[in-house]
Amino acid sequence: MTQPQKATEFSQSIRGAVAPLLQVAGLAKSYGARIGCTDVSFDLFPGEVLGIVGESGSGKSTLLSCLAGHQRPDQGQILYDGQDVLAMAETERRRLSRTDWAFVHQNPRDGLRMGVSAGANVGERLMAIGARHYGDIRAQATDWLGRVEIDANRIDDRPAAFSGGMQQRLQIARNLVTAPRLVFMDEPTGGLDVSVQARLLDLMRGLVRDMGLSVVIVTHDLAVVRLLAHRLMVMKSGRVVEQGLTDQVLDDPQHAYTQLLVSSVLQV
Amino acid sequence: MIRIENLSKSFTLHNQGAALIPVMAGASLHVAPGECVGLVGQSGAGKSTLMRMVWGNYLASAGRIMVGATDVASATPRQIIALRRDGLGYVSQFLRVVPRVPTLDVVAEPLRVCGVPQDKARAQAARLLARLNIPERLWPLSPTTFSGGEQQRVNIARGFAYPYPALLLDEPTASLDAANRAVVLDLIVEAKTRGAAILGIFHDEAARAQVCDRLVDVSAFTPKAAPEAAA
Amino acid sequence: MTDQAYTFAYLDEQTKRMIRRALLKALAVPGYQVPFASREMPMPYGWGTGGVQVTAACLVPEDRLKVIDQGADDTTNAVSIRRFFARTAGVATTEATAEATLIQTRHRIPEQPLREGQILVYQVPIPEPLRFLEPRETETRKMHELEEYGLMHVKLYEDIARHGTIATSYAYPVKVEGRYVMDPSPIPKFDNPKLSGNAAIQLFGAGREQRIYALPPYTAVVSLDFDDHPFTASKPGHACDLCGAAHSYLDEVITDDAGGRMFVCSDTDFCAGRRREGHQGRLGGQA
Repeated sequence: MTQPQKATEFSQSIRGAVAPLLQVAGLAKSYGARIGCTDVSFDLFPGEVLGIVGESGSGKSTLLSCLAGHQRPDQGQILYDGQDVLAMAETERRRLSRTDWAFVHQNPRDGLRMGVSAGANVGERLMAIGARHYGDIRAQATDWLGRVEIDANRIDDRPAAFSGGMQQRLQIARNLVTAPRLVFMDEPTGGLDVSVQARLLDLMRGLVRDMGLSVVIVTHDLAVVRLLAHRLMVMKSGRVVEQGLTDQVLDDPQHAYTQLLVSSVLQV
Repeated sequence: MIRIENLSKSFTLHNQGAALIPVMAGASLHVAPGECVGLVGQSGAGKSTLMRMVWGNYLASAGRIMVGATDVASATPRQIIALRRDGLGYVSQFLRVVPRVPTLDVVAEPLRVCGVPQDKARAQAARLLARLNIPERLWPLSPTTFSGGEQQRVNIARGFAYPYPALLLDEPTASLDAANRAVVLDLIVEAKTRGAAILGIFHDEAARAQVCDRLVDVSAFTPKAAPEAAA
Repeated sequence: MTDQAYTFAYLDEQTKRMIRRALLKALAVPGYQVPFASREMPMPYGWGTGGVQVTAACLVPEDRLKVIDQGADDTTNAVSIRRFFARTAGVATTEATAEATLIQTRHRIPEQPLREGQILVYQVPIPEPLRFLEPRETETRKMHELEEYGLMHVKLYEDIARHGTIATSYAYPVKVEGRYVMDPSPIPKFDNPKLSGNAAIQLFGAGREQRIYALPPYTAVVSLDFDDHPFTASKPGHACDLCGAAHSYLDEVITDDAGGRMFVCSDTDFCAGRRREGHQGRLGGQA
C-alpha cells in the first residue's frame, strides 16, 4: 500500500517542502465584452482540495474549463508541475488530460461513453496509454468498480442501465484508473439525491486522501465544500472576491457577497 | 505552547449597513506544555470566539496567536491545515461529519490523515470508543443518527485520537453522565501528563476545578471603548 | 471499342488528375485518409463509386482489368463494372488474377499472391475506423493526428467482453507502418495478413465519404489485438468442396431445403485454376 507514503507527501507539501502542483497567475477569459473570469491567481499543492463557489454566471465554470484546457484563456499563466500548460504542444496537453489529469463532469453522460460497457469505460484510459493485455485491463476495471462500490457482475453492462449515482461513480472510476494527480470536478454531486450525494462525498474524500489527489472542485453547494475542500475561493462576476481556509471563509466571511451567500443557505 | 498577545477581533456586517462590531480587544494569555487553562466569563463574553480564533476558524483583526511555531493570526490556510494535522486538536460542541461514514472511521480519521495505516488507526479508535462506552454494535454506523451524548463522546474520541501537543476543548463534559464525564476528565489529565497544552471552556465547575491549573476571565478582553478604538 | 461519347474511362481528364494527386499523397503517407472531390458516378453509392473513380484515374489503354465482388468475377456488381470500363476505356479484361494489371475488388484479396506492377483497388464503404465510437469527424481527425488510438482497443475489448473472443471478422482494424490506424475495407480478417508486405500497390477509394488512402508495395500492416487475445486469420474449418483447397477463404452455399450445404472457395478464379490442375474436393466431380 502506498497510502502512508502519499500522506507523508502531503505532510511535506503542507510544510512547504513540496512545490505547488498547479500555479495559476493572472488568468482571464472574456466572451467579447463580457468577462468570463479575470485576475484569478492561486497555487494548488499536492493532496490539496480547492473549492470554488459562486452563483451561476460567477465565472467558476469558465475558470474550470480554462484550467482543464477545454478553453484557452486570453491572459495569464498556468504551470502544472513547473511546465507551462498554455505553451505546451497539444499532443502533450492531451496526453496529460488522459494520464495525470482527470475531469469529472456534472452530467455523467458527458464523461462516459454510453455505447460501451462499464468495463470498457474504465479500461479506456488504460488502453489509451498503451495497455494491451485484456486480462490485466479487466482485472483493473473490476478492482476500480469495487472501489467505487459497483458490483463486479455489472462490468459488462452499459452505463445506460445504471442509476444516476452509479453513473457518477463509474465516471469517477473511469477517471481515476490511471492514478491521476490532478482532478477537476464540475458540480459532481449536482442532480443527485441527497442520500446518493453523501455516499459520493464519502467516496471522494477517501480517494482524495488515499491517492493523495489534488482537486479543484466547482460547486454551488456550500455543504459539499465544507466537507471536501481544504481551501475555498468565492467568485462573483468573474472575480475572486475572497479566498482562504474553507471553514474560516464559511464561518467568518469577510466580503459582503460571501456573507450574503453564507447567510442565504437554508439551515436544516 | 499557546501564546496569545494583544489579540483583537471585530465583525463587519456588510449586509446590515456595514455595521462594525468589536468583540475583543487586547486579549493576551499563554498556556504552557502540560498545563490546562480554563476560559471563564459570562455568556457572550467571547470564550468561544477566542477559541475559534486560536483554531483559525475566525480571522484575527490584530495581534498574535502563537501555537508552537505557527502564528495562526497571520498564517496561510496551508499552514493552518498543517497545524491542525498534527499540531493542534479541537473538540467542538458539534460533530460535523460526512454522512454514512462509520463511527470507527470518523474517530480514526485524524490518524489516517497523518499517515497512520488503517488497521492501526482503527485499533486506536476502537480503544477510545470502548473507553467512552460507545457500544461496539454502533461502531459500524454513522454517528449522525446517534443521541446528543453519544455524538459528543464520538467527538471527544476523535479529538483525543491523535496526541496533539496543543488541544482546544469546548465544553467537553457537557451532556455526559457521571461515568463518561470521569473518563473524559481522565483523558484530559493523561493529555496533560504527556505534555499537551490545553485551552478549554468548562461550564462544569467541578470539572474545571479538577483539571484546570489556571483560569482566564475573558470579560477583561471585552472592548470597552467606542467602536472606532477597536478598529 | 471505346464509346466516343465519353473521355477515356468515363471521367474527364481534370477529375482524373485531381484523383491521381490524391492517390500520390495517399501513397506518400500510407494509411492516411486523403480527402478528394468525389464525383457523381452512373451507379448508386455502395456499389463501388469510390473504387470506380480510383480505377478510372489509374487505367491506361494497355491495362488488363479484373473486377471481383466477394472474390467472384461473375456477380452483378463485378460484371457491371468490368463492362463499364470495357465500354468507356476500351481496356482488355480478364478473370485471371495473374494476367490482370489492375484488379478492382469488393471485400476480398485474391488468394494468388500479387506481384510488383499490379494495382489492387478496394471499394470502401466507411473509411474511418474510429467512427464506431467517435461520431465527430473533427475529433477523429485530431485522434489520427495525435495517434490517440486507445478507442480501437475499446472496440476490441467490447468484443471479447461480449463474445469471449475478438468477434470482429471483417473490416478488422490495422495499423500501418506503426503510424496510422486504417480500416482495410470489409475484407474478411482472413485476408488481413495479405495486406502486409504485399508486392502490389493497394489503393482504397470511398466515394460517398470522399476519402482515398493507400498502401505502397511492401508496407508493414499489423492487425490490432491484445497480448492475451492475439489476432488470428480465421476461416471456416473446412476444405473447399470443389477444389479441395485447405487454406483458402470459403463461402458457405446452401444446396437444398434439407440442410444440405457445401463450402467453396470465394475466389472463383483460384478455385477454377486448381480444378484445371486436377485438384478435387469432396464434391469436385458433381458440381
